[in-house]
Amino acid sequence: MLQFIDTVGEAVAGIRDGSTVMIGGFGNAGQPFELIDALLDSGATDLTVVNNNAGQGDQGLALLIKEGRVRKMICSFPRQSDSWHFDEKYRAGKIELELVPQGNLAERIRAAGAGIGGFFTPTGYGTMLAEGKETRFLDGKWQVFETPIHADVALIKALTADRKGNLVYRKTARNFGPIMAAAAKHTIVQVSEIVPTGALDPENIVTPGIYVNSIVRVAGTPAERAA
Amino acid sequence: MSTEISIQRSVKPLGKDELAALVARDIAPGSFVNLGIGQPTLVSNYLTEEQNITLHTENGMLGMGPEAVGEQIDGDLINAGKIPVTELPGASYFHHADSFAIMRGGHLDICVLGAFQVSATGDLANWHTGAPDAIPAVGGAMDLATGAKDVFVMMTLLTRDGTSKLVEACTYPLTGVGCVTRVYTDKAVFLIGPDGVTVRETFGITLEELQQLVPVPLKATSAVGV
Repeated sequence: MLQFIDTVGEAVAGIRDGSTVMIGGFGNAGQPFELIDALLDSGATDLTVVNNNAGQGDQGLALLIKEGRVRKMICSFPRQSDSWHFDEKYRAGKIELELVPQGNLAERIRAAGAGIGGFFTPTGYGTMLAEGKETRFLDGKWQVFETPIHADVALIKALTADRKGNLVYRKTARNFGPIMAAAAKHTIVQVSEIVPTGALDPENIVTPGIYVNSIVRVAGTPAERAA
Repeated sequence: MSTEISIQRSVKPLGKDELAALVARDIAPGSFVNLGIGQPTLVSNYLTEEQNITLHTENGMLGMGPEAVGEQIDGDLINAGKIPVTELPGASYFHHADSFAIMRGGHLDICVLGAFQVSATGDLANWHTGAPDAIPAVGGAMDLATGAKDVFVMMTLLTRDGTSKLVEACTYPLTGVGCVTRVYTDKAVFLIGPDGVTVRETFGITLEELQQLVPVPLKATSAVGV
């Protein structure tokens, strides 16, 4: 059942050690910093984290990695100029990396939420990221079999929720939010604003409330938090 | 912004901006285009309003405008290189799975990418040096290489030590197989097709001199003087 929760700490309290956690965001845009900070404070550890990146700078996901809470990263682009916490753990052999082409990452997440058991895609064919995977010649090209990525929990950020849990995002901060919301067993969303049921135009809703379990309001505009 | 550069009369190797202008000129009006991170981004400076090009950024937008400056900067509006950008009238936003479906589904006309190496059959290597201590990061490179109808590469023809980046077979880890259709370099433009590599234009170099640099059999179009 949909719950409106007062604090980010209560929102993430149920996340257990060893969970697979999807975290929305592409770089800092759409990254739910307050929920990640709360997850760090909760002490949950041995996590598998699904995100496009592996944290940047000294905030959000980067801190979760720094503190040794992440056992494995599933992502497309871990190495950045400011991914020093990931780099250090990776070089020390203290974090496992599953590197996935970005579109395959997105489609594998989408597949999980859509109940698809796997799919063939041309992306990655003939490269080291497809080694050991089943291939078939389909629709005029060689394609690689990819499997869905499920998660216990998704932490995402949206702009506005209504009381039914319907979500609207802001600009390119939408990125992984809608597909992660569908792929996780339990989806926790931080929003800037909660509006009454009926205040959002049904034609413009991006994520229907059926995919959402917990909503917590975090003050400040998403752009301010992401800057 | 548009700059006219006379390519035909160029008697010296092209600079990065001249190359970007040449790529921009070759993009058909009305195209949907993705410009990769780095040198390909320069192409946007030379697209004209009359061309009516729509730029795609794989983090979830069509109708991307120029880089944001000053008060335009908005942390929620960034491109694939995580640089703040602007939106143009008619822009649209979509989630990541839709954004990559736009590529994989063959809806993008052209993507322009940088490269470490391109093979004579259009294999692309641009994501990983393969060095044992390198942390691999692929991002959307493989999706872009595989999905767009045409994949243009922009690169210098030679490495710093003078080795050709246009090769018989790539030695760096592949990004995609047989995906590159054109290679724009400072010394020549190469067309890659089922019957091999054809030189479309040369810049300050004769075909014979070019052939001595490139370990791949080159053919010339009639436009190239020998």
